[in-house]
Amino acid sequence: MKHLLNTADLSLDEAILLLDTTAQMAATQSREIKKLPTLRGRTVVNLFFEDSTRTRISFETAAKRLSADVINFSAKGSSVSKGESLKDTALTLDAMGADAVIIRHQASGAPHILAHSGWLDVPVINAGDGTHQHPTQALLDAFTLRRHLGGELVSAGELPSLNNGLGGDLRGRKVAIVGDVLHSRVARSNVYLLHTLGAVVTLVAPPTLVPVGAETWPCEISYNLDEVLRDWQPDAVMMLRIQRERMGSAGGGFFPSPLEYTRKYGLDEKRLGLLQDHAIVLHPGPMNRGLEISARAADSHRSVIVEQVSNGVAVRMAALYLLLAGETHSNDTPAKAGF
Amino acid sequence: MTSEIDGPGEAKATEVLGSADISRALTRIAHEIIERNKGGQDVVVLGIPTRGVPLAGRIAQRLADIEPEIEAHAILGTLDVTMYRDDLHKQPPRAIGQTDLPAQGIDNKVVVLVDDVLFSGRTIRAALDALKDLGRPRSVQLATLIDRGHRELPIRSDFVGKNLPTSLSERVFVRLEEIDGRDGVFIAGGDK
Repeated sequence: MKHLLNTADLSLDEAILLLDTTAQMAATQSREIKKLPTLRGRTVVNLFFEDSTRTRISFETAAKRLSADVINFSAKGSSVSKGESLKDTALTLDAMGADAVIIRHQASGAPHILAHSGWLDVPVINAGDGTHQHPTQALLDAFTLRRHLGGELVSAGELPSLNNGLGGDLRGRKVAIVGDVLHSRVARSNVYLLHTLGAVVTLVAPPTLVPVGAETWPCEISYNLDEVLRDWQPDAVMMLRIQRERMGSAGGGFFPSPLEYTRKYGLDEKRLGLLQDHAIVLHPGPMNRGLEISARAADSHRSVIVEQVSNGVAVRMAALYLLLAGETHSNDTPAKAGF
Repeated sequence: MTSEIDGPGEAKATEVLGSADISRALTRIAHEIIERNKGGQDVVVLGIPTRGVPLAGRIAQRLADIEPEIEAHAILGTLDVTMYRDDLHKQPPRAIGQTDLPAQGIDNKVVVLVDDVLFSGRTIRAALDALKDLGRPRSVQLATLIDRGHRELPIRSDFVGKNLPTSLSERVFVRLEEIDGRDGVFIAGGDK
């Protein structure tokens, strides 16, 4: 694993290694001294061409907790606004000695180009590209799901230990992903990762918000939320944000009105009542309270939305560790003889 | 004596300690820990993954057998040092092990670190750094089943199961029931 670009590329073993490493990283974050010396002397560049609060801060926190130096680069206020190309930006970063690049870009595929064009030879982590992929978000969702559903089942509202589900996958667990699938890179990343981990995924959205080609993804598709919650009984419900900024003026015609969307696809208390005792609710944030999720549902005991954010730092620490700690890759694994 | 072990590389290796030898060595180490610390109060035993963990468990059990007021599980922990190693960039990334401290913590305790083989001393240096981030023990002592020499740092073992003079081209394997299904210390390779 040289880059982290796409969850479809992750093997089951790699995914489980990432999740297990996340559990150990999360354990260090409850200590009094949270900083580890692991990546001392390494420089990580946060290359953000698109607005982001939690992902950028989460990556920055993760890198700093591992003692790496962090350079933040946002398109606004940089030479990009003067017309510099991605290539020239990459060459500049390479010349400055970056050891890893974390990139968010509005164009799907930009991280892939950065990783494979030969402009710079360092690990690239995709922090969200267009409507394509957001692998660290999917990993933190999977980690949250595994902690709650991977080992012993506990009632929603209780926080299982960090080691619950350690080493395991999500075989047979049912996850409903509900909402704006069309614009959601989180949904795409989750479908592939959860499938690799053995979970069964159903996408629930109005037909206008299901992308063309979704029928080839390893998941089921439904247009009726009530039916899925009542008859399928998912172990987890992941609500997606309605991405109004990508819908154009007047909602872009994807649904008649916000109120109608909320009535058919919003998660409220009544729909929560259909779920089993252990079922949990996820949301990648930022939430539109009152649109895709009601305030009661967002704050209910089933909601693990705040936990997702804190798991985000641990997941990104794990990704940085696994990509950066052993940078000079060699194929001969020295035996641990005598150490 | 030559026997089959599942070591990386060599299929044939010479057994230098058997199951009974390991057991006697650990019992002696437990008594030495009690003697050195004038009893067992405040002793905390931390095993370094992978094979230091079961060894620490056995030592804690023996301490509990010797001193009735000690409860083995209450003084036992594990200390993973992966993220403190100085050779991370020379190897493919290692999986990170678990760190579990006993509920009483390590502040003002006598911490006994346990590892299977003491070689360069770099693992123990990493362990001392890891410990520093977790608390402030009153003192830190080191117990190792094998001391094979070739130190690269000024570190020594307080309690040694067996000193095993080796050449750098030889390899030492410790095999333990809990992980490998059998007990034994083996030596392989060397210029012969």
